Parts: sequence; structure tokens; C-alpha cells
Amino acid sequence: MSVSMHAWSTIASAFLASSVEAVEALTVVLAVGVVRGWRSALLGTVGALALLAALVAVFGVALGSVRLTILQQVVGILLLLFGMRWLRKAMLRAAGVLGRHDEDAAFESQCRALGGDCAPLQSTRRRWDAVALITAFKAVTLEGIEVIIIVIGLGAVQGLLVEASLGALAACVLVAGAALILQRPLARVPENSLKLVVGIVMSAFGLFWFGEGIGLQWPYDDGAVLGLIAILTGATWLGIRVAARINGPAADAGVRGETP
Amino acid sequence: MRALRGLIGLFVDDGLLAVTLLGVLLGVGLLKEIRALDGSLALALLVTGTVAALLANVLRAATITKR
Repeated sequence: MSVSMHAWSTIASAFLASSVEAVEALTVVLAVGVVRGWRSALLGTVGALALLAALVAVFGVALGSVRLTILQQVVGILLLLFGMRWLRKAMLRAAGVLGRHDEDAAFESQCRALGGDCAPLQSTRRRWDAVALITAFKAVTLEGIEVIIIVIGLGAVQGLLVEASLGALAACVLVAGAALILQRPLARVPENSLKLVVGIVMSAFGLFWFGEGIGLQWPYDDGAVLGLIAILTGATWLGIRVAARINGPAADAGVRGETP
Repeated sequence: MRALRGLIGLFVDDGLLAVTLLGVLLGVGLLKEIRALDGSLALALLVTGTVAALLANVLRAATITKR
């Protein structure tokens, strides 16, 4: 596997995974802005971004002093837990066991929780709104931490932190730009399919790095990641089919039409 | 405390799956350390163990929901 292919796969993985997180954060910020006013929503967002930048700076420096095998083991465990968590949820949704994530419904639910009805405010509120500020801050911080974990997990061990960061940054800019133009939640982003793909890729990288970290030699070196992706894809397909069958014929029909 | 719970929640959705995965990783790591497994067997155990843990958890969730 060439270095450039590594770089591109890292950029693509970071982009796809981060776009899911960015869409989720955006839905909350939009709801806060619409219901409680944009001033506090944007301030909460900017505050969270500043905190995330500080975290990146601190962890970026600290990572350089960690022994490679320890880094591989820790990153492998975190990526595997993170990836399998996404994969499990996406499989259950694809099988019809769990309801699919709906950004429009999440937006409306968030609006109700903030005491509004999703109708745009007629005037911009000038007073600070602590609830709006904290809600936007919390959402962007939590989703942002997930983006940082993805970037570190995909980039740190391979020395591709810059490439992974660029992929994540591109996703955030694209999602923010789309939201600015559309001014509503990005409900058409195929979030479940993205989570399936990214869950498989992150789990494969997690297994690979953990194996390397404990001193195992993978066949075909880095190429083993592709084999792991193939194995996990097959297992995912099988798991969805069987879970859909257990769940009932209606769900099974749904899977045939919607599973990527 | 709530922040810590939120941070753990980033990695753990279903506690049983997380514990099972950590058990597989720890088991393979220990067996490799005491040289009870050769490399290829350890790799096979690592991959099949994690995939089996995921599948068992998904099918268990589907069965519970069906009931």
C-alpha cells in the first residue's frame, strides 16, 4: 500500500466520520439559534471551538512523547470501541430493530426542549441567554471531541495527523456552508449508511493497530486493513440479514430496499 | 461526573459489548504475552473474537426487541 493511498484513505475516512458528527452538532446549534436567538448560539459554538482547539494543541504535543507500541494499543482500543459502537447501532437501524435517525425529528425535538416551535425568530435577541449558550457549547464540544478522537485514531499512529485534520476540517466547513445556504437541518445526509461505512473502517483500523501494538505481524502488512474491512463488511451484512429476519418480515423488506 | 459519563458514552453505547470487546483484547494480549499463542493463532482469535462479540450482541438486541 503506497503512502499516498494511506493519506487519501485517511482523509476520506476522517471526512466521512467527521461529516456525521458535524451534521449532528449543526442540528442542535440550528435549533438553539432559531428558538433562543443566534447571538448566544454562535457564542456557545465559538467557545466550544476554542476549547477544542486548545485540546488539539495539548494532545498534539503530548502524543509526540508516547511510545509507539503504547500509542498503537491505546488508539487501537479506542478506535475499536468507537467503531463497533457506531457499527452496532447502524446494523440495528438497518435491520429495522431501532428507528432510523431523523435530523428533522431531532431538530423539532430539540426546538421543543428549548421551549419553541421551530419557527424563526422575528427579531434578534440582544440579551445573553445562558440556556442557549450552554446547549450550543455542549453539543459542539461533545461532537467535536468525537471528531478529535477520529482524527487522532486515524492519523496519529501513521504520522498522518495533518491529513486526517484536513479531512475533518473539510467536512465541518462543507456542513457549515450547506447549513448556511439551506438554513435547516441536513436531513438528506444518509447518516446510517455513513455510520455503517465509517464504523467498519474504524473497527478495521482499531483491530490493525491493536494487533501491531501487542507485537503481532499481520499478513501483507498494511494491506491487512483491506482484508479486515472485507471481513467486517461480510459480518455486517450477515448480522443485518439475520437481525432483520429475527425482527420480522416487514423489517426484512426494509433492509432489502435500504441497506447499502 | 456528568462530563465523565458523557466522555465514556462516546465509546460505550452497550456496556456488555464494550466489556466483551475489552475481554477479547485483554485475553489475546495476555495469551500473546505469556507465549501461549503463536502469531497467526492470536490474529485469528483477535479477529473472530471481536466479530463474534459484535454479531452476538446485535442478534441478542434483535431478539430482546422482538419479545
